[in-house]
Amino acid sequence: MPLVKSGGIVEDPFVRIADDAPVPEGIAVIVSGARFLADAEALTQRATAVGVVWPNNRPVAELAPYLSRLALVALMFPSFRDGRGYSQARVLRERYGYTGELRATGQVLRDQFLFLLRAGFDSFEVSKEADVAAFAESIRRFDVFYQPTGDGRPTAYRRRLGRAFASVQPARTLMPCDTDARTGS
Amino acid sequence: MYRYDELDQALVDQRVSEFRDQVSRRLSGELTEDEFKLLRLMNGVYLQLHAYMLRIAIPYGTLSSEQMRMLAHVARRYDRGYGHFTTRQNIQFNWIKLEEMPDTLADLAKVGMHAMQTSGNCVRNITTDQWAGVAADEIEDPRIWAEVLRQHSTMHPEFTFLPRKFKIAITAAAHDRAAVKVHDIGLRMLRNSAGELGFEVMVGGGLGRTPFIGKTIKPFLPTRDFLSYVEAILRTYNQYGRRDNIYKARIKILVHELGADKFAAEVENEWNTIKEGALALDPAVVADIAARFIYPNYERLEDNPAALARARKEDRAFAVWLDNSVSNHKQPGYAIVTLSLKPTGAPPGDATADQMDAIADLADRYSFGEIRVGHEQNLVLPNVAQRDLLELWQQLEAHELATPNVGLVSDIIACPGLDYCTLANARSIPVAQELTKRFGDHALAKTIGRLHINISGCINACGHHHVGHIGILGVEKNGEEFYQITLGGRADEGAKLGALLGPAVRYGEVADVVEDVVAAYVELRERPEELFVDTVKRIGVEPFKERVYATR
Repeated sequence: MPLVKSGGIVEDPFVRIADDAPVPEGIAVIVSGARFLADAEALTQRATAVGVVWPNNRPVAELAPYLSRLALVALMFPSFRDGRGYSQARVLRERYGYTGELRATGQVLRDQFLFLLRAGFDSFEVSKEADVAAFAESIRRFDVFYQPTGDGRPTAYRRRLGRAFASVQPARTLMPCDTDARTGS
Repeated sequence: MYRYDELDQALVDQRVSEFRDQVSRRLSGELTEDEFKLLRLMNGVYLQLHAYMLRIAIPYGTLSSEQMRMLAHVARRYDRGYGHFTTRQNIQFNWIKLEEMPDTLADLAKVGMHAMQTSGNCVRNITTDQWAGVAADEIEDPRIWAEVLRQHSTMHPEFTFLPRKFKIAITAAAHDRAAVKVHDIGLRMLRNSAGELGFEVMVGGGLGRTPFIGKTIKPFLPTRDFLSYVEAILRTYNQYGRRDNIYKARIKILVHELGADKFAAEVENEWNTIKEGALALDPAVVADIAARFIYPNYERLEDNPAALARARKEDRAFAVWLDNSVSNHKQPGYAIVTLSLKPTGAPPGDATADQMDAIADLADRYSFGEIRVGHEQNLVLPNVAQRDLLELWQQLEAHELATPNVGLVSDIIACPGLDYCTLANARSIPVAQELTKRFGDHALAKTIGRLHINISGCINACGHHHVGHIGILGVEKNGEEFYQITLGGRADEGAKLGALLGPAVRYGEVADVVEDVVAAYVELRERPEELFVDTVKRIGVEPFKERVYATR
């Protein structure tokens, strides 16, 4: 399954570790939410990065104490119809100020990319090869947004008032594709 | 009328281009039907019994004459010459080819119309009072707030894949014509003791197989918190609403299972974390939206001009129509005119392309180019000068749009039923047609007075049978159509679910039973002014049951 980040396919530096397998040293790992919480201190004190794949039926508030030490949070879309991950993403970014990698995993299709970006995701385990090629096009299809979501895109409400958007812009860095959206191109 | 600005228009155009791409991927086989299903539903395209159906949004039921002409064009060019106005202030076309959907939507986009979010598990078209902006009894035009919500809910990145569909209705009048208590969120505008505007917020109302009346979780919500509070409700629902069973996925089940108090507390917690954020409504933002609503430039006219009084005396049929279909306007000298889409023997809510064009012309001539769609599946010309009423009536008559049965027993709300819908268990439209014949005599209907009959062809309740004064629900028993009848339901500010009359009856008996119920009411009412629902409330269902089942 190709991993898309910053608009292109990248090598996944993380390795998923099964719950019953030992955690190897020296490589970045992703562990389950249950395993992470059971051993959070030890896992976050390793020399290499640790990420967690978090189920969509458990409050992300449980991760709040560890967010600054997590390199990655992967949220699950067991079906593209199941939209709980969008709320979890926004809560992580906008309430808890999580700035690490936020990855969408599961059934991740082309027609969700823009919604996922707007909710705060910045990496995508894309289900279909063909959708990867369409990534750039599909996220540029729209340039009018009504909702302030913390992704940095100015809302229609603000554009109408002709105000600077700086006052509600979040601290985290925007992706290159976001920049295009901001200028309305 | 709300006029799109270039941003609103750009989004609709971009959406058409996206859907064109999605349709071509489906036609090429790149998308499976399962993957495409959700995408087409997001654009109002259903697969019905015979063909694809396109449901077009008419936000808060307001149409311009130009938009109505485009609907007529769509009916002629892409469909079979007619359309069906629904109980959610939308219009449906039943015969459009999938290949032609993108062109249909592109044509609609030219007049600022679209089919976004008329289906799918997202926030649906926001509905309101069909008399908004002209009703004498309203606090403020609720369409401004419906428009704020329309924009906010359009392609909302967090709430496009909710557990189930989500319907929001707003009223700002003392008399609730928007049925807000049977919506996922119902909003009622009011002023607090300090004179500030705000909303009473109700959640968890709905019909379907498990009907509930909405519960108030916020007695007064200041307008500045309008969006943040709705967002908090949606976020709570998105995370905790059930996804294991489609029939238990609506917010009403969550509210019921948690209890309204617990649900309200969850929302409050969520709300407290976001209410001071970017969603706090800047009055300038609301003012900017309000400024794009165009209001008629009314003349200064007198109420009840002499010519009108004379015409009323001279023409009995005109007088009947005036008493039935014309209502008070907030502006002196003007009237609100309801156009019945329920002529005797016809499917409720249907209009032909020729009728649509005629209505558009009449709207231009007599109603400042404005038309409304009400949830009772009738149309409204909201701004008619009283001096023009006679002329207007004569032309409406010529187009079969002046049946004087608004609010009466033959003004029936019905879903498409088994004739069109894959979900239905029984026919609805033929039942409605038969009833309009039985009660077609205006003198009889007037004697009976206000009486709403609602018919649904299955327990999904698209015909809102639970809140009909008389509700008729089609079910299937051993391959045969049967109908359950309920009495005493209502959808207004006193919203209530109807009570079951007794065992279900066969298709051929429905009209007889309804006649018996109505005859019993006429005998049992205390005085002619006592409405059917009030008689049922006073004496209960039992006396009706005795009458109906004694001879069966």
